[in-house]
Amino acid sequence: MSDTKKFMFLNRRAPYGTIHAWESLEVVLIAAAFEQEVSLMFVDDGVFELVKGQDTSEIGMKNFSPTYRTLGDYEVRHMYVDKASLEARGLTAEDLVEVEWEDWETEETVDNIVEVVDSDKVVELMEESDVVFSF
Amino acid sequence: MPIEVNGKTLETDEEGYLVNLDDWEPGVAEVMAKEDDLELTDEHWEIINFLREYYEEYQIAPAVRVLTKAVGKRLGKDKGNSKYLYGLFPYGPGKQACRYAGLPKPTGCV
Repeated sequence: MSDTKKFMFLNRRAPYGTIHAWESLEVVLIAAAFEQEVSLMFVDDGVFELVKGQDTSEIGMKNFSPTYRTLGDYEVRHMYVDKASLEARGLTAEDLVEVEWEDWETEETVDNIVEVVDSDKVVELMEESDVVFSF
Repeated sequence: MPIEVNGKTLETDEEGYLVNLDDWEPGVAEVMAKEDDLELTDEHWEIINFLREYYEEYQIAPAVRVLTKAVGKRLGKDKGNSKYLYGLFPYGPGKQACRYAGLPKPTGCV
């Protein structure tokens, strides 16, 4: 489709405390449902959005971290995580959720579309996007 | 507008979706279907239960495109198409089936 654009959603904030992370995720779901090419980038405190085993029962907010795991079903092909941001917070790829992607017709599968990338790659990926939404 | 289910009064929003997800019980789907003049069959329940499981796992109601694909994968290709799903839920499988299942309206659904 010729009017498909490359959308990148840049997530820079912690999942709770502000509404940014959840709002970003909702827009991702909408954009993907309209068959745009959607990727996600997690930088700074945004890397906390993907941490496994979140429990929000004490803060009265919905725990939406399980929702990231269905993004493959919404045809999101790439979720990038900035390596430096991860390391600065004492986290590794092991601490993050895994998101599977499958082509329903060909049954081609990618076990995990979450990918840790270095800063040069972050810049390159942002430059090649048509639209970058920053949350 | 509230609905009456097994002697209990349950709150719904202006579009008829349950306000409190924990209020759900199978009777909710029965009452809502009756208002739409629809008789729930095993095929309807298969989709309603599927939606509840999906919500339990991912905490959202799926977009109709995602629902269609997921049903095809889980319940067979003959069921994973909009003709089959609209046949069961004429008001739209996303909206109507999610409402019966006690889920919020799917994100991106207008």
